[in-house]
Formats: sequence, structure tokens, C-alpha cells
Amino acid sequence: MNGPAHHHPASCGGCCTQLQHFGVRLGGTPVLEEINLHVHCGELTAIIGPNGAGKTTLLRALLGEVPFQGGLQFVHSGSDQQFGRPRVGYVPQRMDLDVSAPATVSDLFASVSQRRPLWLGLGARQREEALCALGMVEAQPLLGKTIGALSGGELQRVLLALALHPMPDLLLLDEPVSGVDQAGIELFYRMVSELRRRLDLSILLVSHDLAAVARVADRMIFLNHRVLADGTPAEVLASPLVKQVFGMEFTGAEPGFVRRLPAHESCPLPAPGGVP
Amino acid sequence: MSLWHSLLGALPCEWAQLEFMRLALVAVLLAAPLYAVLGCLVVNSRMAFFSEAIGHAALTGVALGTLAGLADPTPVVLLFSALLALAIAWLRRSSVLSSDTIIGLVMAGAVALGVVLLSRGGGFNRYTHFLIGDILTIAPAELARLAVLALATLLIWAVLFNRLFLATLHPVLARSRGVNVWAVEALFSVVIALVVAMSIAWIGLLVINSLLILPAAAARNLARSTAAYLGWALLLSFLAGAAGLLVSFYAATATGATIVLVALALFLLTLPFRRR
Repeated sequence: MNGPAHHHPASCGGCCTQLQHFGVRLGGTPVLEEINLHVHCGELTAIIGPNGAGKTTLLRALLGEVPFQGGLQFVHSGSDQQFGRPRVGYVPQRMDLDVSAPATVSDLFASVSQRRPLWLGLGARQREEALCALGMVEAQPLLGKTIGALSGGELQRVLLALALHPMPDLLLLDEPVSGVDQAGIELFYRMVSELRRRLDLSILLVSHDLAAVARVADRMIFLNHRVLADGTPAEVLASPLVKQVFGMEFTGAEPGFVRRLPAHESCPLPAPGGVP
Repeated sequence: MSLWHSLLGALPCEWAQLEFMRLALVAVLLAAPLYAVLGCLVVNSRMAFFSEAIGHAALTGVALGTLAGLADPTPVVLLFSALLALAIAWLRRSSVLSSDTIIGLVMAGAVALGVVLLSRGGGFNRYTHFLIGDILTIAPAELARLAVLALATLLIWAVLFNRLFLATLHPVLARSRGVNVWAVEALFSVVIALVVAMSIAWIGLLVINSLLILPAAAARNLARSTAAYLGWALLLSFLAGAAGLLVSFYAATATGATIVLVALALFLLTLPFRRR
């Protein structure tokens, strides 16, 4: 890939983000407790759970928005190297963005990639990089467009490209397709799925849309303050606990779409206590 | 300055022969770009109520400066406004009350305190020029002070622009890109406070905020990119400033309020061009 410089090999095969005894307390109340989780690269891990389960809090803690207890580090199995905190890429909910602002996609890229005030335009090198990132989500023609003129799906792909620039160790998708039409949802998840494979991305996805998530995720985690189930989407959705919480049957985990990865047993630091 | 004099002196108009009108026009041409470019970020970040509060609260700064026995309370007004801006920024970050409630409380308190202090012994009439402003009394020394402020403000604005842009678009996204949102917003609040506090003696604290908001709001109706947004705001701000000054001269009305009415008319003209 001809992308931005990166502090570890783009194709690693054995790196992962580890959460150990990870917990968050908000106002004295424990919201997340004893989360032990390895998010492997090349793997899309979906977090599901009822409202108030702490899904958003988990993302906010990973982003450094709220303080947490326990360990969070990015490790590389091949060389046994540790890199400290993972570099996190974040795709926000489209609805949270002020799309009435007169700003272009180019302005957006300029604001994160150059010191030169963005009203002087995107620098030549930054423009190349932005086009490269947009190319990964088939959105190159959108560079000069105003963000308010983009469809929901287009804007979401632009935000994905922005999160991949520079390439993160861990990509967080927070309800990425809320308010996007069906075709846009399909396209977005197809791209996320492709990029995960091609770039060996570690992805954490939070979404309410269980059916869509089940089709795209390699692994699913059912969270309710703690990790209550962890496995393939079919396994997790079949667990009685999940059926009880969501009150329905899921048969829609189409295996054709799900790519099973070889298990990354090679992560050097075993999670104390083990993942349930 | 002498070039300016000969330029204006050549104009066959009554106002161009008057020293105070020449100085006032310089003041307007110095202040207009400040209001325009700061206003664009104020409108983007929905800080209109904040800048309104800072303008009104400057009354307490005037009172404190007068109590301290200063002939020109401006230094105290600047200091007071800057501290108040920091206090509001801090309260917004750490309080459970919503932002507009906090600003409302602070504004009410500061205006009331200012009126109480200035009206002791029934002498409030001496201070009405701070409410209405008088740009025609501006002295060359004050012009120099305004020029220094304008230069410093534009420098800070240009350096912070990309970070402020991202922070106003999506604070969490900005923080995930390493922007210290709190520090950038606090510094920007102080800059706005200084510009507003500096201007109240000439524009009047009743209408000063409109000069920040109206050109930017009008430009937002027309622009499709950040560069165009700033460009339109600059043009409209210059236009409103110069036209308002001349109209107020011939109509013998308060200059600040007249400029605001012209700016409002320009805003209404741009409404049909609004997107969606």
C-alpha cells in the first residue's frame, strides 16, 4: 500500500490489541468490569448488548475520553514487541456531524493532515494521501464535494477513509450506518470487510443492527457490563442469554459472508483469568 | 496614513473631508475582517450566545475599571472579559448544567453587577455610550491598539484554525486526532472575549454580537466550502461596515446599530440562496 507511514508492518498477521482486567467507573458506578479481550488484526469484532450495557463507554475509554482501570496495549506477536497504546482510528456516527457547515471533504482531510490553514487549500502531498485513502473506499470523486451534499452512505465512507489516514492499529466503528439507506449499508459493510482482509485491520464495531452485524463480523461479543458471550456470530446469537435479552431468534448469520480466520493463539500475553 | 488622507480628501463628499470620519472608516476596515473570520467559527460551533454574554458582561468590566479610578477602563474590561471567558469554558466542561444555562447565569450575574455598580448614586447616564458605542470618537492611539489586536488575533486564528474546525465539527473525532479540544476552545473563547471587549466602546455592547454573527450567518447561506465561507463573510462584513458608517453619517444615527441593520439586510438577501 502506498499509504501514510506506519510504525509497524502493515501486514502483521499476529498483532493484537489487548484489554486486560479492563474496567470503567463513571461517577463511582462500575460501567465495565473485568473485560479481557484480544482484538486481533484482520478480524472484525462486533460488540452487541442491550442499551446501557456499556458499549459506547467501551469505545469512549478506548478513545481516551473516559479514564479506565486495567491494561490496554498493542502487541506484536512475531517480534514480541510491545507498542504501548494502540493508535485508534474512529468512525463517528454520521448523525453527530454538523453537515450544515459549509465544508468540503477536502477541508476535512486538510484539517487532520496539515498545519497550513485549510482555507489555503489541501497541500499537494496531502491531496495525494487523501485521494489514496478515499480510493480505498471508492470515494475519490467525492474529494471536492461539500459534506452536506453527500448521501448518508457516501459521508460514512468518507469518514471511514479519514479514520484510515493514517492507518490505525485499531479501528472503532460506532453505529456506523445509522440513518444510511439499505444499499449504502451493504456497500459500507462490504468495504469494511474487504479492507479488514486487505489491510489486516483490527476492527471493533458497535451496532444495534444485529442481522447486518452478524453477516459481516468474524467474532461477536455480547456485553452487559461484562463480557457474557464471546464467539462466532452464530454461536453468540444462539446463546440463551442473547435470545432472552433481544427477544428473538437469529438464523440470519449467513456463513457465506463470514470469513473464519485462523485462530491467533500466538498472542504473547495470555489474558489472566481467561476470556469467557 | 497621509496617503489615506489624500485618497479620501480627493473624494467630492462631505464625510471624506472630516477627520473623525476618516479615522472611523479605518477602524471599520480593521475590525470588519476580525468579526468576519471569528464569526465563522462562532457560528459553526454554536457559540453565538457565548459571545453575546461576553459582550454584555463587559459592563461589569467597565464598572470595575471605573471603581479602580481609571479614566479609560479598557485594560480592566479586557482582563475581566478574558477571565470570564475562561470561567465559562471551564464551567461548560465540568458542570452538570447545560451550556446555555451556564452562559445565561453568568451573563445575568455580570450584567446586573455592572448595572448595580455603575448606577450607584444615580450616575448611570454617564456610561450609556458603552451600551450604544461611538465609533466617531476613536482616536489615533486607539486605532493603533486596534491594529495590534487585529494582527495578534488573526495570527492565533490562522494557527488554530484546522484544530478549531475539527473540534467544532466533532469534538470526539478531534480528540481522537490528538487535538486538545478544551485548550483550543478556551484560547478561542479568550480571543473572542478580547475582540468583543475591545469593540464595545465603539460599537456598543447591545449590538456588538450581531457583527460577529450576521456576516458569518449570511456567508453560510452562500458558501459550499470553508474558503468560500470565509471569503463571503469578509466581503459582507466590509460591505456592512462601510455602508453602515456612511448611512449613519447622513442619517445622524448611532453607527454600530446602523452597521448591524445593514448586515441584517445583507443576511436577508442571502436567505433565498440557502441550501435545502
